[in-house]
Amino acid sequence: MKKIQVLGGGCPKCGKLYEHAEAAAKELGLEYEMEKISDFDRIAEMGVMSTPALAVDGKVRFEGRVPTVESLKEELSK
Amino acid sequence: MFRPVQIFTDWLVYGLAGLGRHTLAGSAVDFFVFESIKIFILLAVIIYSVSVLRTFLPPSKVRDIILKKSRFSAHLWAAGLGILTPFCTCSAIPLFLGFVQTGIPLGVTFSFLVASPMINEVALVMLLGMFSFKIALIYAASGFTIAVISGLVIGRLNLEHLLEGFDQSKRITNAVLGADMPWAERRAYAREYTLDIVGKIWPYVLIGIGAGAGIHGYVPQDLLARWAGPDKWYAVPVAAAVGIPLYSNAAGVIPLVSALTEKGVALGTTLAFMMAVTGLSFPEFMILRRVMKLRLLLIFFGVVGAGIVFTGFLFNFIMR
Repeated sequence: MKKIQVLGGGCPKCGKLYEHAEAAAKELGLEYEMEKISDFDRIAEMGVMSTPALAVDGKVRFEGRVPTVESLKEELSK
Repeated sequence: MFRPVQIFTDWLVYGLAGLGRHTLAGSAVDFFVFESIKIFILLAVIIYSVSVLRTFLPPSKVRDIILKKSRFSAHLWAAGLGILTPFCTCSAIPLFLGFVQTGIPLGVTFSFLVASPMINEVALVMLLGMFSFKIALIYAASGFTIAVISGLVIGRLNLEHLLEGFDQSKRITNAVLGADMPWAERRAYAREYTLDIVGKIWPYVLIGIGAGAGIHGYVPQDLLARWAGPDKWYAVPVAAAVGIPLYSNAAGVIPLVSALTEKGVALGTTLAFMMAVTGLSFPEFMILRRVMKLRLLLIFFGVVGAGIVFTGFLFNFIMR
């Protein structure tokens, strides 16, 4: 079970990253769980300074961008 | 550099469309087509290049660089790196907390927060394209100075007690992200970012240049000198106040302002107006309200606003 966490305070880009990440996880056939983290204290605590960001199982993978579904598939299979 | 574009535009407007070379409509259309092509080429090239550069400097790395600097040079670095870092209102809080909670002083953080939105590549490209290299440089240099001085002033006032809404005793230490991106990803990021920005601002750019072309051709010279010439002191604060609600429309505002400057608005007034457009924004303040008391926000607003108005007066005085 992979926990896919999208960090961001509800800007349009955060929603887009959420969609892309979920699509990528589905296409890969992963067993996954999505989580949206919009609490700024928690975002800061995870060391993220630029939203949206993506974390997998609590580990931040990247911040400040919305990659394509294709490159997210690559990221999620790491 | 844009000679081929001018030749192409002349061919298109005067040859193909058959507009008269010395008519008002002809020169207005020629101006519009030429400026639009030029601006979009500049925007694409410069935003793309800056975005590639940016992948080497994620905010966490910027923070680590600033952390290592001593008090005064930290302000200079914060303002300088603020120019390179994009400022998105929705990232303002994590960015702010990421600075303050790793131990960067409040004043230094403000130097960054002022420079980041005020001096951005879109505004600089528009200034370069619609005014000149010299004006773009003056704008960047004054913005930088305002950012450093505002940060120093706020730092000296010891206002840490006016922060709220988060645990200030908490200290974050965290690894730097994204420093080891492969080139394909850097290019992908830059492409996405450029398309995103240009996709957002192109209507404003066209409307701005269009309105500029109209003013350029049809409004008599010096019409505005009577109200906004260099000898009208009140023009500067009025221009700054008008600029505040126009946040994020620098792309459309600058071509318009360029045309107005031709018609007699003084340079300092123009500068103050543009800085207020980019540097003072209500959405950003609303967001920052979540981590600061109103008093701190008002001080921030006041210090930066005073810096902008002072810059306006200064250039009106020097250039008159």
